[in-house]
Amino acid sequence: MKKRKWDALSLYMHYIRLSIRSAMEYKASFFLQVASQLLLSMTTLMGLAFMFMRFHSVAGYGYADVLLCYSIVMMQYSLAEMFVRGFDTFAGMVRRGEFDRVLVRPRSEILQILGSRFELTRIGRLLQAVVVFAYGVSHADIFWTPLRIMTLLSMLLGGILLFSGLYLVYAGFCFFTLDGLEFMNIFTDGAKEYGKYPIDVYGEKMMKFATFGIPYALVQAYPLQLLLGRSDCPLYALFPLGTVAFLMVCHAFWRFGVRRYTSSGS
Amino acid sequence: MIVMEHISKRYKVARRSGGAGAAMKSFLRREHEWVQALDDVSFTIRDGEMVGYMGPNGAGKSSTIKILSGILTPDSGRCTIDGLTPWKNRIEHVKRIGVVFGQRSQLWWDIPVIDSFELLRDIYSVDPAQYRRNLEELTALLQLSELLKTPTRQLSLGQRMRCELAASLLHSPRILFLDEPTIGLDAVSKLAVREFIHRLNREHGTTVILTTHDMQDISALAQRVILIGRGKILLDGSLDDIRRAGSENPGAQEEDLDRAVANLYRRLGIS
Repeated sequence: MKKRKWDALSLYMHYIRLSIRSAMEYKASFFLQVASQLLLSMTTLMGLAFMFMRFHSVAGYGYADVLLCYSIVMMQYSLAEMFVRGFDTFAGMVRRGEFDRVLVRPRSEILQILGSRFELTRIGRLLQAVVVFAYGVSHADIFWTPLRIMTLLSMLLGGILLFSGLYLVYAGFCFFTLDGLEFMNIFTDGAKEYGKYPIDVYGEKMMKFATFGIPYALVQAYPLQLLLGRSDCPLYALFPLGTVAFLMVCHAFWRFGVRRYTSSGS
Repeated sequence: MIVMEHISKRYKVARRSGGAGAAMKSFLRREHEWVQALDDVSFTIRDGEMVGYMGPNGAGKSSTIKILSGILTPDSGRCTIDGLTPWKNRIEHVKRIGVVFGQRSQLWWDIPVIDSFELLRDIYSVDPAQYRRNLEELTALLQLSELLKTPTRQLSLGQRMRCELAASLLHSPRILFLDEPTIGLDAVSKLAVREFIHRLNREHGTTVILTTHDMQDISALAQRVILIGRGKILLDGSLDDIRRAGSENPGAQEEDLDRAVANLYRRLGIS
């Protein structure tokens, strides 16, 4: 069993090597994409900066606090896009009949889809997020304790799981219909846009939805309290791991979709 | 050995108009039509046979291939391939088969062919020594040595098809499914592909199941032909049986195979 896990991991690394080599076949295009990723996310950042020139705090959060929140959500989102892009572009895979190919190979479907696409260009957005994060940290006077470092790591992990779950649901929908799925972007791109502010800024109703519905708040607003020193409750460090439950539900939906595909063949 | 017994499959085909609203609505409540893709299909294929699986478009060919390769679950009936049920033991089953979809590549587009081959080695966990042997043999038989270092996108269709064949055989499958393997190929490549499949069957005893509309493929490769139409097996026999059944004069044989098949389709009302 353990050997099989390592085997899967080394196969995944093999996929990633091929992805990177493929991307490097078009170096100019690759660097332009990285640059455009950087510039695009820069506009969001400027929006934030202008906002805080007029208002000095939003619902009790200062500029540096919001920058921290924004950069962490950006990191979550770009890491998820980097590693789980195969599910984001799954509609094309079904349309081109490539999922049949996945099914005639003796490996898990998920491993093969993850491997089919590793989006290195998202490194642009990730880099920018790291820079903003560093700037935010230097202005927010965070004293780094082991607990806070752990909180940060669990936020990143939880965020990746959350977005992965959303991509899984999106891919699951592809088994039912290939049209009109753009509405799913509200939950991924939208989360990235609105997630630059801690969710509690949007009021109690949104907070409830983002806790018990799609648990965005678990990976930003709650653990952020601990990070910013607004609360001492160490339990907040574990909140992001609640996304595991969310991911399991999404995975069940995905399995349901796969079963439907194998019984309908289209 | 492949045994199909009383396999049936119906599809629900959704009817709806386009647009996002309709898509959402159809997700909740759909209007359907039922299409009988396979209707009580039974046949047995012994190890080492080469079988041509024929029928007009929409006859049920690809549904059958999908069931045999574990992609599709039938509504009823039994199917065992070397003791395994494809859709129940998918992973175990697909280790033992190779599939070539003539119109879809399994090679990575932008990188040299050999890189795709090495990934396949890892996907199928082929033993390194076995992999080297297979690669050497396939390279020699399909004349790949010049092609292996070339990115797939720079290959001609014929060159690519040779690489696709090799890619499907690196793990020494016992059964090979070929879906229109010569479509769009020039005469030289067609002959090379046929020659190779023949040799594979002769030397390794690989079972070959071939779907194609190309009667020359069938006559060059298949000892046995299974004809399907509207989801039912209509004829299971030799090429001579097709010639006889497709002849305009009773008791005679139609020499032109394309004509024989066309006559047969018309007579059976499946074209």
